[in-house]
Amino acid sequence: MELIINGKKMALDYKTAFEVREHIGNHTDIVILNGFQIEENFELKERDQLTIIRKGIIPKREELESMMMSRHTPYVHEKLKKGKVAIAGLGGLGSNIAIMLARIGVGQLLLVDFDVVEPSNLNRQSYYINHLGMPKTEALKKQIMEINPFIKVDTQKIRVTEQNVKELFYGFHIICEAFDKPEAKSILVNKALEELGDIKVVSASGMAGYDSANLIKTVRPMKRLYVCGDSQNGAKVGRGLMAPRVQICAGHQANMILRLLLGIEEV
Amino acid sequence: MKVNGKNHTINDNQNLLNFLESNQYDITKIAVERNGEIIPKLMYRQVNLKENDTLEIVSFVGGG
Repeated sequence: MELIINGKKMALDYKTAFEVREHIGNHTDIVILNGFQIEENFELKERDQLTIIRKGIIPKREELESMMMSRHTPYVHEKLKKGKVAIAGLGGLGSNIAIMLARIGVGQLLLVDFDVVEPSNLNRQSYYINHLGMPKTEALKKQIMEINPFIKVDTQKIRVTEQNVKELFYGFHIICEAFDKPEAKSILVNKALEELGDIKVVSASGMAGYDSANLIKTVRPMKRLYVCGDSQNGAKVGRGLMAPRVQICAGHQANMILRLLLGIEEV
Repeated sequence: MKVNGKNHTINDNQNLLNFLESNQYDITKIAVERNGEIIPKLMYRQVNLKENDTLEIVSFVGGG
């Protein structure tokens, strides 16, 4: 029977998952079968994906990536690995989205931001005290390389304008619009839809304050435009921006990007 | 004409820019699709709206 064990195809005659564990590991090792960590034994079927992990041991590099992705639903990682996503704006939305896409193994990311990390970013953005003063592109890439070194990450420390949208984002499957200012959101969404053939844009609008989390949703107002947020709560004097709602919105955007990379266009 | 799924009456020969301004849209913070096509901002003045048009107007608020 052909099995995929720790990322490698193998022809083996074992009937159950725990027999494989006894053979290549020991009885305390974690066993993940087709995306699920099992506690009871399971009979194996042709092309089952099995990952055996020993806690406390740093695995070899060639096994690490398949172990990191072993909790994915089967055959998802192969598709995500081919994904090319550009993230425009690396604030509360973009920094958290980039980390999520890196964790799930999206193969190619472009991180775009002109700014440096400053103290008021830390209430919602994925940066640390030791990043203060560093370009966001650099601070984020450093974190991503510590989370998933198996993906390609490019950076552009630049301000997105009407003039450079086409040049910056040509060749990507999806642009994640993660800016703060509504004018910047408008420029990017308009230019991307006008100038870039079949690129899809996953944008955000309305995640300030601490209104109900349940108001934040994903909609598809145009064929190639998805918008996440509550569409109402803008940041303004007297209404702040904080980690919970910003990260909920980031999660909506990241999940829509994941769905699109898997060929699902419905919200 | 349909705007964001709701019926709207328009004046004859009203252009898009005129419609957006008279309905308090801030054109620096929106994206507009007419009959499934994105309309470049520079074209807003040239686009004359017709009775059977379908407009989708997305307004962005700040925060990110």
